[in-house]
Amino acid sequence: MTETTLPESLAEIRDDFLALEQRERLEMLLEFSNELPELPARYQEHPDLFERVEECQSPVFIFVEVNDGIVQLFATAPREAPTTRGFASILVQGIDGLTVEQVLGIPDDFPNTLGLTAAVSPLRIRGMTALLGRTKRQVRERVAAA
Amino acid sequence: MAVAADSSEKFAGYAHPERLVSADWLEAHLSEAGPGRELVIVESDEDVLLYETGHIPSAVKIDWHTELNDPVQRDYIDGAGFAALVGGKGISRDATVVIYGDKNNWWAAYALWVFTLFGHEDVRLLDGGRDKWIAEGRAITTDRPAASEVSYPVVERRDDEIRAFKDDVLAHLGHPLIDVRSPEEYSGERTTAPAYPEEGALRAGHIPSAANVPWAKAAAEDGTFKPVGDLDAIYRDGAGLGLSGDEPVIAYCRIGERSSHTWFVLTHLLGFENVRNYDGSWTEWGSAVRVPIVTGAEPGAVPSR
Repeated sequence: MTETTLPESLAEIRDDFLALEQRERLEMLLEFSNELPELPARYQEHPDLFERVEECQSPVFIFVEVNDGIVQLFATAPREAPTTRGFASILVQGIDGLTVEQVLGIPDDFPNTLGLTAAVSPLRIRGMTALLGRTKRQVRERVAAA
Repeated sequence: MAVAADSSEKFAGYAHPERLVSADWLEAHLSEAGPGRELVIVESDEDVLLYETGHIPSAVKIDWHTELNDPVQRDYIDGAGFAALVGGKGISRDATVVIYGDKNNWWAAYALWVFTLFGHEDVRLLDGGRDKWIAEGRAITTDRPAASEVSYPVVERRDDEIRAFKDDVLAHLGHPLIDVRSPEEYSGERTTAPAYPEEGALRAGHIPSAANVPWAKAAAEDGTFKPVGDLDAIYRDGAGLGLSGDEPVIAYCRIGERSSHTWFVLTHLLGFENVRNYDGSWTEWGSAVRVPIVTGAEPGAVPSR
């Protein structure tokens, strides 16, 4: 049983959101959206490796790497889907460099704690919950295959 | 009508051509548009942040999730809520409102339908929506228009003319129904649109006798509405709607958004006089107790009562 603890990187992101007014939270989500890193060259040619997150309204694809127990998440989503890109970017930035145990310990309800439910709607937040769930599942698969 | 209609030849064949404007028309009227003015442009998208990435100059944003729906009860906002919302956006009761959005105006049509529930008279769609405007390299900006709050009267929402509830649908069985979801949802293979989140319906299938015409069939490849002849072929000849005069029609989908698009086509482009949108749609019907459901690709018979 993995202990559930929110890693500091994600706690900081959460606190940054909660410190803002509703409209500013949307603007910060847009900033995250714009910051979603481009895929590294080794993945740009390999869309086949990526898993589509079906629960998101817009197409978003993720792929997890685990190297020496350290997790890196890659995600790609179209510019026309800024909300989904923002969700992916929060996780990509917040998870980068965490250990397997830390990622598996992220509370599943983390997306609901960002204070975005009113600004974005609960239904849309579900897409981020699915992103997190699938990320964790990929982490488990990589560890099991290692 | 505050602003003269677009007299484009393409729209002339539609029953109510004044309900559409072309990108050329809107571009020519941009200098007259803005909050507090006679012409107000509204963007309504599926993605709540898309407007912030760039929108038509002077356009205001209305979000269906967070602004048009009541936050507690499954219903639309009431008259006071609507007055506060649109007045706050600078839309007066007699303003010409042009709505556009992503995905072939899917959510824009939904917003237009909600405006119609409150009897806002002059509300139109930008043919081709957001994608076509941007693809054609027309002006977009990230600047928010200066707020210009106006007074909008509190108008009671009229739910009887263009909105249907579950009991209305039960009473309607035997008259034309149109299910605008994907074939997979219609047949019962799945309860949500392909690649869409699960929104919870306990059973899958469709309402008996409903014809299946996926909503996007009304759109051409560039996102504009198809010419009236094509629409006639799809809805009258194909789905058998409106063949017997002014028979009432009810359209539905999953939560009433895609069917507002079809409601727009039937009402404003083809001129059907009595079309209602069942916004409870499959997320209500598919979870309701003891309502008839048909699975498979065939419409199925009207159940005897």
